[in-house]
Amino acid sequence: MGTAVEVRDLKAWFGKTEALHGINMSVESNHATAVIGPSGCGKSTFIRCLNRMHETNPEAKAEGEVRIGGMDVYDVPAVDVRRRVGMVFQKPNPFPTMSIYDNVAAGLKLNGTRNRTTLDDCVERSLQQAALWEEVKDVLKKKSGASLSGGQQQRLCIARALAVNPEVLLMDEPASALDPISTAKIEDLIFELKQKLTIVIVTHNMQQASRVAEYTGFFLMGNLVEFDKTEKIFTNPSDKRTEDYITGRFG
Amino acid sequence: MPSKFVQLRRQVTDRFFTGLAAGLSVVVIGALVAIFAYLVLRGAGSLNWAFFTQIQKPVGESGGGMANGIVGSIMILVIASCMGVPLGIGAGVYLAEFGRGRLGRLVRFTADVLNGVPSIVIGMVAWGLVVVRQKHFSAFAGGVALAIMMIPTVTRATEEMLLLVPQSVREAAFGLGIPQWRTTLSITLPSARAGILTGVMLAFARIAGETAPLLFTAFGNQFWNLSPGQPIAAMPLQIYTYALSPYDEWHRQAWAGALVLVLLIVGTTTLVRFVFLRRMLGGAR
Repeated sequence: MGTAVEVRDLKAWFGKTEALHGINMSVESNHATAVIGPSGCGKSTFIRCLNRMHETNPEAKAEGEVRIGGMDVYDVPAVDVRRRVGMVFQKPNPFPTMSIYDNVAAGLKLNGTRNRTTLDDCVERSLQQAALWEEVKDVLKKKSGASLSGGQQQRLCIARALAVNPEVLLMDEPASALDPISTAKIEDLIFELKQKLTIVIVTHNMQQASRVAEYTGFFLMGNLVEFDKTEKIFTNPSDKRTEDYITGRFG
Repeated sequence: MPSKFVQLRRQVTDRFFTGLAAGLSVVVIGALVAIFAYLVLRGAGSLNWAFFTQIQKPVGESGGGMANGIVGSIMILVIASCMGVPLGIGAGVYLAEFGRGRLGRLVRFTADVLNGVPSIVIGMVAWGLVVVRQKHFSAFAGGVALAIMMIPTVTRATEEMLLLVPQSVREAAFGLGIPQWRTTLSITLPSARAGILTGVMLAFARIAGETAPLLFTAFGNQFWNLSPGQPIAAMPLQIYTYALSPYDEWHRQAWAGALVLVLLIVGTTTLVRFVFLRRMLGGAR
């Protein structure tokens, strides 16, 4: 398989503080890549640079090259990038005033799709991909997205991201606010989803990284210390710092 | 384990402050109830069909009503709301979603100052802006004065309510590639709808009872007028005139007018709230 995301010398700032010091990474397509590291190491900042969410913070700035499927991310309008690179956040964030249906359809509707059949099909397909269809198919338009349980809300957010048919799905600690059963569901989902798209997942949970991802990158203080096959990172890391982190000596 | 004495002291303190809070709430609610009860007592007796259908009779004749004042007030309030609410919400959106830096601070400061300007001064401004140019008083001029009074309240309420919408909701929209203007219009504003509505209703209730800004803008009118370009009767103005008059009949009508004005405000606020909130709880759209 080819490369889905190519990152070259990516730097990011918050105000005057440099949060990422030149990151290089090639993300394999149709695989899951985990990003691990202690709090504040820049892992969230890193994936937020991939779909230009980083710059929604008024103080923030990013520089470098990110290529996704031939698109130079920092050379096209941010909204175009975000339509091709979906994102799932740490806390489930359904649109509070919208029904389940409207939540999933929001990306298409608010970007101009009006055709009912297209929307209906897309909502069903996305909810099925997110393994939520069976639980909500009878209350699609009756219940608001916010009335679901936390785990269901997160799968709703995944469905919402899938509805716009992204090539890459960025997940920023998608299970850290969920109970173990919901977490297992999300992890199962990641296995299914990478048949169709590329996943980059930030996680605090090293077991989770080893379960879901073929590749893992270890971040420390704004640097990508080591990036390799997950198995290699967890069994035989080449860098002392990686080893210290995964064996629990710090972080 | 704290000693018996400490336990007792804590219990007493707790009871005391709970009681104090309850007592103070009763005082506040009591004032409201007292005003309303007194209005009903003095005004309800003079309410009859004629009050809502007829205009004032010449002094000495009994009967007559405030129909022209009721209609006039409604017209002025509609004109004011049509101008004040969109401007206020627009400014609030600017402050919450875009207004960082100097211009934002300036707008916020201006809104706060405008909120503190005495209503009579705002009436003079509207007089200068509209009446002097048109060379006559008009319902429109009254509407302009009241609209100016509405703007700061609506602006700050909109801003505060939008800031209460979690940033994560905006991020979710940006993450889908929805442009900022779309996000504000279709996601952030609807999420804050209930709060903004309360702010608008608060502003509406406040201006509905204003007399001073209408004195030399809408001016008042003894007769029917349905043209926004002409001087028009308004309930607060009529209550004011009637209350200052020496005639008993007019005093009774002033009380009735005050009661109707309060009912008009309470009625509109409840109705708007009911209509909008029910639509929102429906979930979709």
